[in-house]
Amino acid sequence: MSKSVKNISVASHENSTLDGLQKTGIAIGLLGLFIMALALLNVEFPNKEIWLTISIVSIFSGIILYANRTYLNSPEGIKNNHVWTSNLTHKGTIAWMVGLILTSFYVVLYWFPQYLGLNENGGTNTGIVGFFDPLSLILNGKPASQWFVYGTLYTIAILGLGYKFILKYRHNKYQLVRTISVMFFQLGFAFLIPEILEKLNPEKAYFAKDLKNMWPLNYYFFDEWHLKNMLDGGNLGLFMLIFGVALIFIISPILTYFYGKRWYCSWVCGCGGLAETAGDSFRHLSDNSVKAWKIERWMIHLVLVFSFVSTIAVIFTFLSNNPGMSFITKDQFVWGIVIFLGIFTSALYFFKRKEMDIDAVYTMLTLVAIMVLALLMNYFSGNQNIFFMDSYKMREWYGFAIGAAFSGVIGVGFYPIMGNRVWCRFGCPMAAVLGLQQRLFSKFRITTNGGQCISCGNCSTYCEMGIDVRAYAQKGENIVRSSCVGCGICAAVCPRGVLKLENDTPAGRINANEILLGNDVDLMDLINQK
Amino acid sequence: MKHIVIIGNGISGVTLARFIRKKSEAKISIISSEANYFFSRTALMYVFMGHMKFEHTQPYENDFWEKNNIDLIHKTVTQVFPKEKSIVIEGNTVMKFDKLVIATGSKSNKFGWPGQDLKGVTGLYHKQDLENLEQWASTTQRAVIVGGGLIGIELAEMLRARNIEVTFLVREKSFWDGVLPFGESQMINRHILEHHIDLRLETSLKEIISDENGNAKAIITDKDETIECQIVGLTAGVSPNVDFLKESGIELGRGVKVNRFLETNHKDIYAIGDCAEQNEAIGERRAIEAVWYTGRMMGETLAQTLTGTPTEYKPGHWFNSAKFLDIEYQTYGWVWAKPKENETQFYWEHKDGKKAIRIAFDKTTRQFIGLNTFGIRMRHAFFDKVLSESKTVDYVIDHLAEANFDPEFYNSYKKEIQKEFTNQCVGLKTESI
Repeated sequence: MSKSVKNISVASHENSTLDGLQKTGIAIGLLGLFIMALALLNVEFPNKEIWLTISIVSIFSGIILYANRTYLNSPEGIKNNHVWTSNLTHKGTIAWMVGLILTSFYVVLYWFPQYLGLNENGGTNTGIVGFFDPLSLILNGKPASQWFVYGTLYTIAILGLGYKFILKYRHNKYQLVRTISVMFFQLGFAFLIPEILEKLNPEKAYFAKDLKNMWPLNYYFFDEWHLKNMLDGGNLGLFMLIFGVALIFIISPILTYFYGKRWYCSWVCGCGGLAETAGDSFRHLSDNSVKAWKIERWMIHLVLVFSFVSTIAVIFTFLSNNPGMSFITKDQFVWGIVIFLGIFTSALYFFKRKEMDIDAVYTMLTLVAIMVLALLMNYFSGNQNIFFMDSYKMREWYGFAIGAAFSGVIGVGFYPIMGNRVWCRFGCPMAAVLGLQQRLFSKFRITTNGGQCISCGNCSTYCEMGIDVRAYAQKGENIVRSSCVGCGICAAVCPRGVLKLENDTPAGRINANEILLGNDVDLMDLINQK
Repeated sequence: MKHIVIIGNGISGVTLARFIRKKSEAKISIISSEANYFFSRTALMYVFMGHMKFEHTQPYENDFWEKNNIDLIHKTVTQVFPKEKSIVIEGNTVMKFDKLVIATGSKSNKFGWPGQDLKGVTGLYHKQDLENLEQWASTTQRAVIVGGGLIGIELAEMLRARNIEVTFLVREKSFWDGVLPFGESQMINRHILEHHIDLRLETSLKEIISDENGNAKAIITDKDETIECQIVGLTAGVSPNVDFLKESGIELGRGVKVNRFLETNHKDIYAIGDCAEQNEAIGERRAIEAVWYTGRMMGETLAQTLTGTPTEYKPGHWFNSAKFLDIEYQTYGWVWAKPKENETQFYWEHKDGKKAIRIAFDKTTRQFIGLNTFGIRMRHAFFDKVLSESKTVDYVIDHLAEANFDPEFYNSYKKEIQKEFTNQCVGLKTESI
């Protein structure tokens, strides 16, 4: 092999190559994907059961072989070697190819499922959807849909690459426990349980049975068809409805108070699960500039407001159209929302305004005022279209723009280009709700270890949410940010043990003062007098 | 308006500039020939290993300096004229100052080895060192690193990340044994070998041999062994980077001599960071401390003086940290390699050989003196308080859970450590408890 200098830029890595076992692992994994690709191209396999099994088994074995060879070969510890020079993880040709393939797959999945072989008229599926029929029949008793194919692949990705993640961070128990948790919730709650429940209730119309997928992430929860199907869904449907509402208003705020939003975003959520496992190789690509932060704050809150408004609209429409099916009347609903918004914002304003930026306070107050005004005008004018818009058109647009285009196509398709938490950062309304709770009423924070920070920048580089962790750490400030999903990687990559995720008393959680220990106490007083 | 000129844009100079700006509108100029913008030099190794890009080592975005009205000048200072209150910048530009701060940091030690200036021979301190390494790395099969300390082991880790064979020459009997007690030092020796680094203890460099193009091609050890190599890392410590001041009339020892206000023998000229040498050492500290944290503290202190609150440099309790390959190290207070007369040391090592703690305490009063911790993160605030309040070793052992800074779900070795402490040190209990 030639050893001549090809690249003399800072950080070229010509010496790093894969060894035979790693290559074999990649080959076996790709073989599994190749079989699926053939199915996608409408190759008719005899004995689909066998070929499907071969394909899935070889994907798993490939990943396991590759990961074992890569990580078990060297002592435990953070090994991010070559991350910024590898073609795949530094936006090289392979990264663009993967991004493009993923994006195309999502486009077809959401809008052209017939090209995946879905037979929408009830006939036999072909293509890759047909290829998954045997597994679907076992689990839910029906032929596969494109969503079944997607769910299976999603679960394979989280389990396989979760294993790789576990090996990479095997010295870090927090990462181990957290990853096992997302793998468990994906396999059980998101994949197996809903499919099996579906099989047990074949006569009932469909409603979402993923217990952990809550509104507003599950944006159709309050849609007319979904509410109806739950109300008609017997005990299970009623349970899903009550549990879903309790999850939003009771369970999730309590858990977030104790543990921060990480209990959901990086321990339970499927989107987070994929980001943490399959997306781990791309986490450093998240833009952590101030500019990105500004865009993020605007976008995520706009999405939240949009999702809130469109949800009120669809519930209002549901109540108007189905007065017999509901527990409350639309009058009660409108007044309920008005009173809720009024009490909630007043409480927030009186108790927490000092902890929010002034622009956030004004934005919040203005938005609430507009919403209340619109609701009341609607009510007194007797207009059926709440907010003067057709609620279904609005919901349709929300589903298209946020639910499909953002969360799927951009959110996952752009992993290799924009990092693994694009959706969570910029588009997830659930993350926005939990973030507000975390920022204002939670025991969670990341503490910094006195004066030990050397400003190296590993924490900021590997923060998938694009938070400039170092900016806080080098000042000795606790990190209390609504966007932090508590993945704990900043603490893991820190070479000086400076960061720690903690749940402690809310008092003293936000310390705006710089407290760099090691300095003379009088000097610290002097510096803190700003 | 006052003009404050800072030579050097490392942690000391930049901290100084930032803290001056918080309290004053003075004109600030920072001059550095090394890099356009401040970066964390302790992170250079991560750039070479591909963990980060160079711009990630820069803690502030590039427009920070303009926003804060801090002038950055990317040039070399060649001369300083204290009496005229002026400096000469390369190209013979003269710049006047009202206050001058020398924060030029260090350079790698070279002890006059034959061949020490050949191509392929480098220290690891400056950004330029990294650029050189980058250029040589792709044609290197083996590197030899000379000097068993913190920078040497970092360089070894860097080169191993590119699958380059590394021979590590350590003059002492065991790695960094001037600072680390026997147990810890042995533990790191083992960890070095585990990373396939060819560690040669009690071996030093005699000569570096050149090929016909002036590149290093081999070294000869003091045992007359020849080792072929294309890179030689000289990491036997650093010394103050003050050569350009020799003719200036500013008093120099090994570094720039300063008093407790960080002032040199000339009024309005100060020195901070690695290049400053205290006239009298502070407590047990060395007169020159080339450590990130002390550089930062000096910057904060001097900023107070320069903005109208004369403040003595009074660092608090000693602390430091490092990472030896995969093993993190933190220290609080003083733990000497050989205990002093009045001291006793308690040592516990986990059976996996990668976690250990050592606590030094006074034999008679049992007052806590210092702690080394390996593979277990400890809370700085806790030990700062313990040292300030002169707590006993028994207090520390009882409060280990409070002191711990490891991530959630980590195993706690508290019981194991406490049991071992009872075994080793309870016989030493005195009435003072």
